[in-house]
Amino acid sequence: MILLDRVTKVYGKGMTPALDRINLHVEPHEFVIVVGASGAGKSTLLKLLTREEKPTSGKIIVGGIDYDKLKDKDIPYLRRRIGTVFQDFKLLPNKTVFENVAFALEIVGTGKHEIRYTVPRVLDIVGLKGKEKRMPMELSGGERQRVAIARAIARQPKILIADEPTGNLDPKHAWDVIKVLQKINQYGTTVLLTTHNQEIVNKLKRRVITITDGKIASDRAQGSYKGL
Amino acid sequence: MKSLKRRLIVLERITKAGMINFVRNAWLSVAAVAVMVITLTIVLFSVIARVTFNNTIAQINDKIDVSVYLKDEVTVQQKDSLVNKIKQLGTVKSVTYVSKQQALDKYRDQNAGNADLLVAISQTDNPLPASLNVKPIDPNQMEELKNFLEKPEIKELQSNKTSYSGDRKEAIDKISHATNFLQQAGLVAVIIFTIISILIIFNTIRMAIFNRRDELNIMRLLGASTWYIRGPFVVETMLYGLIAAILSVLICGALFSLSSGTFEASTLGLLDIKFANDYFISHYWVILTGQIAVGILIGAASSFLATRRYLKFKTTK
Repeated sequence: MILLDRVTKVYGKGMTPALDRINLHVEPHEFVIVVGASGAGKSTLLKLLTREEKPTSGKIIVGGIDYDKLKDKDIPYLRRRIGTVFQDFKLLPNKTVFENVAFALEIVGTGKHEIRYTVPRVLDIVGLKGKEKRMPMELSGGERQRVAIARAIARQPKILIADEPTGNLDPKHAWDVIKVLQKINQYGTTVLLTTHNQEIVNKLKRRVITITDGKIASDRAQGSYKGL
Repeated sequence: MKSLKRRLIVLERITKAGMINFVRNAWLSVAAVAVMVITLTIVLFSVIARVTFNNTIAQINDKIDVSVYLKDEVTVQQKDSLVNKIKQLGTVKSVTYVSKQQALDKYRDQNAGNADLLVAISQTDNPLPASLNVKPIDPNQMEELKNFLEKPEIKELQSNKTSYSGDRKEAIDKISHATNFLQQAGLVAVIIFTIISILIIFNTIRMAIFNRRDELNIMRLLGASTWYIRGPFVVETMLYGLIAAILSVLICGALFSLSSGTFEASTLGLLDIKFANDYFISHYWVILTGQIAVGILIGAASSFLATRRYLKFKTTK
């Protein structure tokens, strides 16, 4: 599903690499947690997958798409195949909850009826039934993040990338979000999650990849994380 | 077929999103429209002022003529030959022959109220000379005509000195130089106002889009295509342009009709308000259509350019 072959990313000339010859292979339906200190390279890794950044060297293949052959005009199509959840939610402030989720479907030209059918269902999955008409400003952090997840899964992507989705949330809301991610994974979506949260990592008992100074320090099937 | 349907859906959504944005960003919309109204009004006003002004200049130019007075001995053949020669000069618009009798009739008409003069003139032979009334194409180019009339063999036929609109030559020269300058100045003013307007409108829209760059970035991350992101902004700014254009035409119309009423269809300096008002009314639909086209075009171009930098993909490795 995801394949990285000796991927290196250097942001500026003469700087230490943010990622240094990373090799990574993620199977379909896997739930992978990427841990590491701030600046270790977690976010860079995810930005390479969504093509917000280009690797300095190395090969990336996601869902059968070879990034070397990807042209700028194809980037929107790539991003439509990957669901993305951000630490800062990135909701459209001028749109209601319903419209935010619908937006992901509108941009791919989904019909009106399908949107009316799908959006309430995904909002139900993330536990936000009945809040369709709220504006993002009127929601709590946890609710906003669940809107973002609903938006990411509305298109039923094969891969969901979540960059510190619990970073801005209190423990209770953080767990709500993690539960939603687990549920989505059960439906068959490959989930790639980065986090700082020791408790979450240890309770989930999933594959854990630890990144230190741009390198993969460990990769364990049922890993744990001691924190820093 | 499916792709066409999908495109129509996308087009409909872009238009709808643009309109919704217009309503939701109400204050921003009001500000942007206000700026566009002011600038478009200035542009429209300067265009009409220029048209009016050119009309005034044309009227003045039309009044400029040259009278060549002929001796009574000049024969019909000599007269005809002279008329032909003058007509062959490239700078002459028309030549009209005024006979002695016509000159007398005209004199009588002009002095109809003065009985003494009329009595005096009827007691002698007609003292007025026949003349040729020459109208130049451009009052600024009369050198050729002057030189021609100064030739000895031509001068021989003339009774009096050539009259440049009744010895107002200096005044004519001054007017024609001034109008020439003012015409060009008017054109420059229109161009400058247009450029300033475009810059102000562009900057207003750029600021509005700068405030919403995060929104653009989010849409980008979700995989929206360039036109799906840009479209609503373009629709929104085209709406600004449309509304501003209509308002500016209304404002200009109100100004002209008000002032032409207040000044009793008089002339304000060189700006003939009555003509401006008439021109505005007779060209109403052309002006409205043109103004709307300009407003929409400036709006669309501004948002197109302003969104461009936020829609670029990172290409550095």
